[in-house]
Amino acid sequence: MPKPVRMPALSPTMEEGTLARWLKAEGEEVVAGDLLAEIETDKATMELEAVDEGVLAKIAVPDGTEGVKVNAPIAWILEEGEDASTLKDAAVTSEPAPKKKSPQAEEAPMPATSAPKPEAMPAQASPQGNRMGERIFASPLARRLAEQGGIDLSRIAGTGPKGRIVKRDLEGAPVTSRRGRRAQPPSCSPGEMPSFKEIPNTNIRKVIAERLTQVHQDVPTFFLSIDCTLDALLSVRKQANEMLEGTKLSVNDFFIRAAALALMDVPAANASWGETTIRQYEAADISMAVATERGLITPVIRGADTKTLAEISEESKMLAEKARAGKLHPEEFQGGTFTISNLGMFGIRQFDAILNPPQACILAVGAGEEKPIVKNAQISIATQMSCTLTCDHRVVDGAVGAEFLAAFRSYVEEPARILLKEAGYG
Amino acid sequence: MAESIYDLAVVGGGPGGYVAAIRASQLGLKTVLVEEKHLGGICLNWGCIPTKALLHCSEINHLLNHLDDYGFSAKEIRFDLQKIVARSRAVADQLSQGVAYLLKKNKIDVIEGRARLAGKGKLTIEKAKKKAGEVKAAHILLATGARAKTLPGLEPDGKRIWTYMEAMVPSELPKSLLIIGSGAIGIEFASFYRNLGAEVTVVEILDRILPVEDEEVSKFAQKAFEKQGIRILTKASIKKLKQIKGGLSASLKIDGKAETVEASHAIVAVGITGNVEDLGLEGTKVKVEKGHILVNEWLETGEAGVYAIGDLVGPPWLAHKASHEGVLCVERIAKVKGVHPLDVTRVPGCTYSMPQIASVGMTEKAAVAAGFEVRVGRFPYRGSGKAIALGESEGFVKTVFDKKSGELLGAHIIGTDATEMIQGYIVARTLEATEADLIETVFPHPTLSEMLHEAVLDAYGRAIHF
Repeated sequence: MPKPVRMPALSPTMEEGTLARWLKAEGEEVVAGDLLAEIETDKATMELEAVDEGVLAKIAVPDGTEGVKVNAPIAWILEEGEDASTLKDAAVTSEPAPKKKSPQAEEAPMPATSAPKPEAMPAQASPQGNRMGERIFASPLARRLAEQGGIDLSRIAGTGPKGRIVKRDLEGAPVTSRRGRRAQPPSCSPGEMPSFKEIPNTNIRKVIAERLTQVHQDVPTFFLSIDCTLDALLSVRKQANEMLEGTKLSVNDFFIRAAALALMDVPAANASWGETTIRQYEAADISMAVATERGLITPVIRGADTKTLAEISEESKMLAEKARAGKLHPEEFQGGTFTISNLGMFGIRQFDAILNPPQACILAVGAGEEKPIVKNAQISIATQMSCTLTCDHRVVDGAVGAEFLAAFRSYVEEPARILLKEAGYG
Repeated sequence: MAESIYDLAVVGGGPGGYVAAIRASQLGLKTVLVEEKHLGGICLNWGCIPTKALLHCSEINHLLNHLDDYGFSAKEIRFDLQKIVARSRAVADQLSQGVAYLLKKNKIDVIEGRARLAGKGKLTIEKAKKKAGEVKAAHILLATGARAKTLPGLEPDGKRIWTYMEAMVPSELPKSLLIIGSGAIGIEFASFYRNLGAEVTVVEILDRILPVEDEEVSKFAQKAFEKQGIRILTKASIKKLKQIKGGLSASLKIDGKAETVEASHAIVAVGITGNVEDLGLEGTKVKVEKGHILVNEWLETGEAGVYAIGDLVGPPWLAHKASHEGVLCVERIAKVKGVHPLDVTRVPGCTYSMPQIASVGMTEKAAVAAGFEVRVGRFPYRGSGKAIALGESEGFVKTVFDKKSGELLGAHIIGTDATEMIQGYIVARTLEATEADLIETVFPHPTLSEMLHEAVLDAYGRAIHF
């Protein structure tokens, strides 16, 4: 019997993914461990390895197909000596065809690198029509409850037999249609708009949109800003980098560690909201926002309070590189208890960040700039940096946020304390 | 006996324990089952199965006495109670041997004896009051079942005051019988003995018989039983039960008034209590409350690696509930994916009296109390062509739907073959069918099951045949 190759679940929450590209062609021999295809998940592109040995007899899902459900057969492997005619017996053709990406996306799995062609527009069928083509397994009752409650079943993972969506799966499901109504853009007839090109939304773009919209609408947030003087830190960094060979510490590495240490001092800021409890984390896993061509992603430096600056530096470089290449593994970007977003390198002086759910705080770090400051009735020049903490008010009150920022500033302004903690004297 | 190390040790070979053991073996767990008396447990030996054999015989007697209704006549209809009882014992024996075979087929070691917890992952086995070995197992599943609950002053003596055990093997037909408790067990014995000709009085402390069933079903059942000559006393409690010459005299208080009822025998059927004693629970974190072991939704006790299922952990006291718990507990242990805790609203209850009673899910009252706006459908047996052809036109089918979602919240049947038919609604509930799916389903004609369809149609004002 031909063996199916199935769409893998590359993360616990993954429900569907995009088959970016096949790395083997039909008819090619494969052995276990061979790279078969690249799968684009919500957040990254990953390679699918062969488990079985044989001949890749039939590719059921072509390059660039998006919305392929987890566990759906994507290809069939024949064992040695098996006749290709056995493929006919297998349910190769009965699998419903997942929706096809628009043609321009098919040519280039990384849409941002190639300019989409405007003439591809007519090929886009209505999203409704496409949705109908994918079979969703759900009980009649679940279907009716979803319809009545405005719940999009395609976003729900079923826990019934063979992943069927049943009533219990709908409990607590987000009401998508109501949110859709709220978020509807102002209507505008196409005639009034200049000509445009449409860029298909990647999975990562969709996830950013969904999560940030939700957190922006549902979470009461407030912002606290503070200025830090960086001269001492910059001088310590300079000395350290002169001594270090290879890796060079970045200012951001210091901020990651300072934030981690401050979180240990003010654990109430290292937390997330739950319906019945607030979860206060015992480790400072710092998510760092990395801009990539595909969109923002936040790889995690775990236990940053226990790592040396050199370790943090090395890890953050490695993670940023992987993020830009789209090669992060789920465990490298999932989780995290606190986020730092740094736009200082772009010359941004100050900004407010949107929370990275479910975390209760995110720190927006601006550029260090030389400024005149007044101290003891004297004007002097110092390198000043503004940073702004966004807080989930359900979890963190103003005083807690302020306490955290004060602690953060004290580490930044007295970098010896960062180093002392590092050496175990803290 | 040599000491062995197992993945799973099951204590008790009833419908919870033996089913759990077989499922465990299917999942590749090395399994041992310890049973003190008889494989198959109470269900198979002293419960579900032998009573069904007895009830069938009593229904045959009823039919033979109503042959004229069908155009037959026969003279000198007699029965031999000892043969009827012997047949029921033979049925139980056959099935008990069947269980032994199934366990063997599934390569499950069976140890005869009494098991007690003896430290982490360990059981001691006692046989004929002597230590007969030890069993070590990573997981221990307690499935020791339950026994009849007794009330002070109503202690069964096995001669005139019976529990279900003695009631199942009468040496002679009681002239008159007082049945205390009107749950499934009490009602089945009432039906059995009445159909064989005994005078039967049922005493129920609540305001209706079969108190877990839908009120309409209780009311209908009471009328049907009274028509058969069973005396039913509700809101009645027994103050005193004393031995008199040739029988018993019960002092009752019925709705506040005192009354005396005499009977040759009495059956105490006031519920059951878990067999929690002498299991070596002392010093463990296994908690016992009101005669049952406390477990979470995965049947885990307070002690890691010790699980409990079935009657031992509480109501509903039903063999199929025990079996299902056994399976899900074992699947959880074996880390099978997609296992879910038991949803008791999907556990059907059946009473095999004449008429039969079967139900699943919520009663109408419970659904309303739970805040549902309901749509209720009813269809009487007398509207069914098949029921009339069979001469079984007594009974009805009732459905309770959530008005908003169309979920079938509950279904209730009283009448012939109710217990065989209820599965249609159970499947519908488990698959989460709505009224639309049930309405669309084509039922075969002529069958009693058409009434299941009609009772759904009726909930939406669309019944055809009534």
